[in-house]
Amino acid sequence: MQPEISLKATGRSRRRMLVNKLFEGSSILAAALAIAVLAVVIWSVGSRGVSAINLDFFLKGPSSSFFGGGGGIAPAFVGSFLLVAIAVAFALPVGVLSAIYVSEFAPAAIGRQVRLWLDVLNGFPSIVIGIFVFALAVKVKVPLLGIGHHQSAVAGGFALSVIMLPLIARSTMEVLRLVPNHLREASYALGVSKWQTVLRVVLPTSFGGILTGTTLAVARAAGETAPLLFTCALAGQVVDWNPTHSVMSLPLTIFEYSESADPSQHAQAWAAAFVLIVFVLVTSLVSRLLLDRSRRKLGLAR
Amino acid sequence: MEAASIPAGRLRSTRRFGDRVGDVVFYGVSALATLLGVGVVAAIAWRVIVGAWPAIKVFHLAFLWHNVWNANLNEFGARDLIIGTLVTSFGAMLLSTPLSVAIGLFLSELAPPAVRTPVGALVDMLAAVPSVVIGLWGIYVLAPFDANHVQPAIHSVLGWIPIFGGDPHTESTVFTAIVVLTIMTIPITSSICRELFLGVPTELEEGAIGLGATRWEMVKTVVVPSVRAGVVAAVILGLGRALGEAIAVTQVIGNFIPLHLAIFNPGDTIASRLANQYQGAITNLQISSLIYLALVLLVIEFLVNVAAQRVVKRFEFQRTGAD
Repeated sequence: MQPEISLKATGRSRRRMLVNKLFEGSSILAAALAIAVLAVVIWSVGSRGVSAINLDFFLKGPSSSFFGGGGGIAPAFVGSFLLVAIAVAFALPVGVLSAIYVSEFAPAAIGRQVRLWLDVLNGFPSIVIGIFVFALAVKVKVPLLGIGHHQSAVAGGFALSVIMLPLIARSTMEVLRLVPNHLREASYALGVSKWQTVLRVVLPTSFGGILTGTTLAVARAAGETAPLLFTCALAGQVVDWNPTHSVMSLPLTIFEYSESADPSQHAQAWAAAFVLIVFVLVTSLVSRLLLDRSRRKLGLAR
Repeated sequence: MEAASIPAGRLRSTRRFGDRVGDVVFYGVSALATLLGVGVVAAIAWRVIVGAWPAIKVFHLAFLWHNVWNANLNEFGARDLIIGTLVTSFGAMLLSTPLSVAIGLFLSELAPPAVRTPVGALVDMLAAVPSVVIGLWGIYVLAPFDANHVQPAIHSVLGWIPIFGGDPHTESTVFTAIVVLTIMTIPITSSICRELFLGVPTELEEGAIGLGATRWEMVKTVVVPSVRAGVVAAVILGLGRALGEAIAVTQVIGNFIPLHLAIFNPGDTIASRLANQYQGAITNLQISSLIYLALVLLVIEFLVNVAAQRVVKRFEFQRTGAD
């Protein structure tokens, strides 16, 4: 009779398996930790924020009574909308046009340089961008336009557009690269000029991708606080649609209320954070899904 | 033969006038937009240098190692802020690098596809949370938790090392800022790591497994070494984010300038100082000093970016060299 061979690992192989288990366990733990942090952040914002959300919160301005309580942050919603709209108005045309230049006109070497500098811009700290706009538009008088020399929604929106520009330009470049070349060639073969090919063939094909890239940039810009500190922070507490005035905004309201001594403002900060986080997460999630879809569509078309 | 006799000039003129003008105009407009976009980088650098110039003229480079920030005396120096920036950012890197690499490995090597996609999306979602929200959470949830549980625990074990000294029950601390920055850099670094690890050729991994290696040995001997430089670049990109983060840090760090070498004390960083001075800056010299501070931050960021580019280039060279 043969002696039984034990299948239980011993000695060296046992140690190797233990080390492997340790590695697998700690990897799983690390991923679980990251998700747990996300869950805890969302849960604490949600559980503290929901209680302060009511109709007044969306429709009224901050209460002016000294003892606080009540009121809402309607001016911040309007202001954030205004700021992001201005930012899109600046960043979208410049971003899309420069992506068109890189992918349709420029030689590869210039394209590489443009990408590099857009990445550098993307790496700039957002607070420095705020200070740049402060030094450019807030300190300097621009008498004809009526902007400048004071903080304004235009200055804040411009600062946000500098944040958005590299995001929009890079994502548009990526989508334009996915447009199949035979579509362009078919258009040229029909005698269509280059600019019409770009406007009528390339852009419509990549429209979905550009839209989702822009939405991601909007989600990012809507949550940015630092660029607004120097450019659009000293605002009145009423709903103000005038872009040459400084306006309240959602992130800055959270920032200021979070350091306030008044507990009712803490509750409003949590509520505003809840609205902001829901907006940002839903937009970025939806646009990511759309981006995957349009990428797949273009990938199949090739 | 007929076609050959048509003069070249006529062929050109068959293009409609509008098309020719349109092409030129469209080229011009898009080139101009590109110039504008790239020009912003130069404009930022130029504007910041010009704005900082009055302070540069007064303080020269001594600004970098002088450590007074007193608006009444009109004396400004950045030493402790620079040190605070480096301590918080590198501290965050120490925590986030192993975690990010582990998450990248989990998502690329261990997790089945059905787990990989949702978990990857959730980690990416962490990157989308606005910094002001992380900061708010940091003040009211993380900081008390740190002060009551984490910091005393670390202090009781490692308190004999000066850097873990101080009063561990303080709420606004450098340590909490480090944790906040860790949370903010993990999604950046880990998603790049995941892409890098996924790019490692399957044959290499299967070869290692086929030779009897465990998954850990495969990771240690094949996966990580083949993308080591890329991992370094990913860590440096995360570092760039940590260096420049202003809002979340200023909310939790306590904005306290005198330098302590212990991380359980309040502190300050360049970006955080910029963020909390936005309403207080009155004199021209103070404003200029703040812009000088921004310039210092920009130079640090720039050096980090250049380092990342260089490492990536070396990495690409290695890859093509090996093929």
